[in-house]
Amino acid sequence: MDIVVCIKQVPDAASVKWDHKTGTLIRDGVQSVINPFDYNAIEAALSLRDELGGKVTAVTMGPPQAQDAIREAMSMGVDHGVVISDRAFAGADTLATTYTLSRAIRKLGSVDAVFCGKQAIDGDTAQVGPGLAVRLGLPCVTCVGEMEIMEGGAGLRVKRMCEQGYDVVEVGFPVLLTVLASLNTPRVPSLKGKMRARKADIPLWSAEDIGAQKDKIGLAGSPTKVFSTHIPKFEARREMLPGTAEEQVDALVDKLKEAGII
Amino acid sequence: MSNVNYFLTEEQQMIVDLARQITRDKIIPVRARLDETEEFPWDIMKDLAQADLFGLYIPEEYGGLGGGCFENCLAVEQMAYGCIAITTTFAASALGGYPICLYGTDEQKAKYLPDIAAGKRLVAFGLTEAGAGSDAAAIKTTAVEDGDYWVLNGTKQWITSGGEAEIYTIIAMTDKAKGARGASAFIVEKGDEGFNFGKKERKMGLRASSTRELVFSDCRIPKDRLLGKRGQGFIIAMRTLDLARPGIGAIAVGLSQAALDESVVYARQRVQFGQPIISFQAIQHMLADMATYIEASRALVYAVARTIDAGAKNFSKLSAMAKLFPTDVAMKVTTDAVQILGGYGYMKDYPVEKMMRDAKILQIYEGTNQIQKNVIGQALNKEYARK
Ligand SMILES: Cc1cc2nc3c(=O)[nH]c(=O)nc-3n(C[C@H](O)[C@H](O)[C@H](O)COP(=O)(O)OP(=O)(O)OC[C@H]3O[C@@H](n4cnc5c(N)ncnc54)[C@H](O)[C@@H]3O)c2cc1C
Ligand SMILES: Cc1cc2nc3c(=O)[nH]c(=O)nc-3n(C[C@H](O)[C@H](O)[C@H](O)COP(=O)(O)OP(=O)(O)OC[C@H]3O[C@@H](n4cnc5c(N)ncnc54)[C@H](O)[C@@H]3O)c2cc1C
Repeated sequence: MDIVVCIKQVPDAASVKWDHKTGTLIRDGVQSVINPFDYNAIEAALSLRDELGGKVTAVTMGPPQAQDAIREAMSMGVDHGVVISDRAFAGADTLATTYTLSRAIRKLGSVDAVFCGKQAIDGDTAQVGPGLAVRLGLPCVTCVGEMEIMEGGAGLRVKRMCEQGYDVVEVGFPVLLTVLASLNTPRVPSLKGKMRARKADIPLWSAEDIGAQKDKIGLAGSPTKVFSTHIPKFEARREMLPGTAEEQVDALVDKLKEAGII
Repeated sequence: MSNVNYFLTEEQQMIVDLARQITRDKIIPVRARLDETEEFPWDIMKDLAQADLFGLYIPEEYGGLGGGCFENCLAVEQMAYGCIAITTTFAASALGGYPICLYGTDEQKAKYLPDIAAGKRLVAFGLTEAGAGSDAAAIKTTAVEDGDYWVLNGTKQWITSGGEAEIYTIIAMTDKAKGARGASAFIVEKGDEGFNFGKKERKMGLRASSTRELVFSDCRIPKDRLLGKRGQGFIIAMRTLDLARPGIGAIAVGLSQAALDESVVYARQRVQFGQPIISFQAIQHMLADMATYIEASRALVYAVARTIDAGAKNFSKLSAMAKLFPTDVAMKVTTDAVQILGGYGYMKDYPVEKMMRDAKILQIYEGTNQIQKNVIGQALNKEYARK
């Protein structure tokens, strides 16, 4: 099995601050972490490898520091990793991101399964997985909440979670899946993995290395134009309702009626 | 947290970081529940296995990491910050595994160590009996040669991980007449004929750790399960305990640190008489003593562990000190933590009452603190006689 897992470094939600003037994130001094769903993607890739054999390669597009994310994935047991990094990639929207990732994955060679997180907690579009599947010509199942290997390793039987239930999908290899947090519990890193990761040589691939067309990457390859961003203001007010439980409920109902909510 | 520079290597820091991550993500969230239900922490044992921590002290040729006493101390200190019952389960496996590491034949090592290092099988160490606690030489369990077998009879009491572990290092009398030189060590496996488990204890603290009787009734094991030489049983037991005691000290340091952290955080936010209670000098002095004793404990444990790893020959006295002082400190610090949290500290909603209940065991197991003082005192007597 040749398995690829796409991981994204995102700002640590716990330490993020906003610049209220420009309406953007203050990225300076904010720690980067692996996108939470991507841990589940890593675990899914590793468990598939543990069952069927083969190797797992982690791929990330980002600045050179994204090597830290690859090292962390390797400390959990991922075999290899690549950072796709080039100033020319800056400003990529999902169209450019999926193009870039697909070029890198093609360069890796044959692939039987690609795992992505359902969505990144910063960009939040959930488009990269499906977009990448189209670029690679792979069948795609999104929002996978359960996964089992079919008889003889013929493919995967997965639950695609929907708003009001789930679909059970059987899909052969090669395939691309985007995964939910409920799929699994990511394993802890191991000491041997950490030691291997520390010494590992993690290649940085440039636009040229992956043979990317200049007009399809970065800002140039991104039809999405951001005109402005703003921080929504939360102006919730709080009011304590006095009295017995009945009186409080009555007062609440009145207020909801007054506000036209019920 | 400690701000002393203990000059850890990059690998040692990795061990600390990994153990801390597991403690934060896996141990702390479940400790109160496991304490309540007395459930054996299998999930966490699997995480520790996945993390390679069971192999810390085992040579690399058997799948371990080839670390020493110090690396083990670093790992258990971090885990104990979360829960010493869970840490004890981990540490007891090393207590049972050390004898195989130190005295096993090549065949025994090849047979058992890879599984132990991988955390696939837990180990237990069985010395204590109903009539033989501090006085280990009073054990009555016997092992008698019978052709190609040894036949064990007797009952071990209060054995950590009894029933859950799959490999047991057992000390039994082989030549009663020879007294302390009449004991031998054996490897017994769960499932061996005539080997059963007795009652599981219900305890004041350390509740997620299983403490159980081991019952041997004509338990037949093959000859090659003898560990070390016949008659070496107590030497093996004492050597093992000497190696393990700094680890108990490290567990005490981790527990104490957790109690201090809870205390300072609470004292800064609890307001009485219009001010945070940390502004009262009585509270500050208590915290100051706690912090100072903890750092002294840590420095002692680290220094002794490193001395052992550097190849010291006679370290019974030092390892007794590295158990005695930090565990007494842990009892005091956890008691003071409950005091600082006042009535809230006595409630199960806060973690310090468990810390205080748990701390007591550290002064009792692996040799009571009175016995540690005997060891230190006797060593001093010997050292000064030579001068
Ligand atoms: C309106 C808009 C405008 C934007 N403008 C800019 C801009 O001007 N400049 C700029 O730098 N960015 C910009 N971005 C961010 C950028 O488009 C996205 O971060 C990026 O394309 C990934 O999309 P996502 O974060 O929504 O990922 P999702 O599609 O939510 O991620 C799903 C999964 O895809 C994989 N994945 C996502 N990104 C990567 C990656 N880089 N490497 C490997 N795997 C990955 C992961 O497995 C992830 O869990 C913009 C985003 C939006 C929505
Ligand atoms: C939770 C738990 C887990 C344990 N796990 C294990 C295990 O995995 N394997 C194992 O083999 N054992 C285990 N033990 C046993 C433990 O090591 C003994 O409890 C300990 O050695 C003390 O023995 P005792 O309890 O019989 O106390 P006793 O020896 O009866 O001592 C009672 C009191 O007398 C004092 N005392 C005794 N002799 C002297 C002396 N000469 N000088 C001064 N004071 C003295 C003691 O310090 C103590 O205060 C465990 C015990 C507990 C409680």
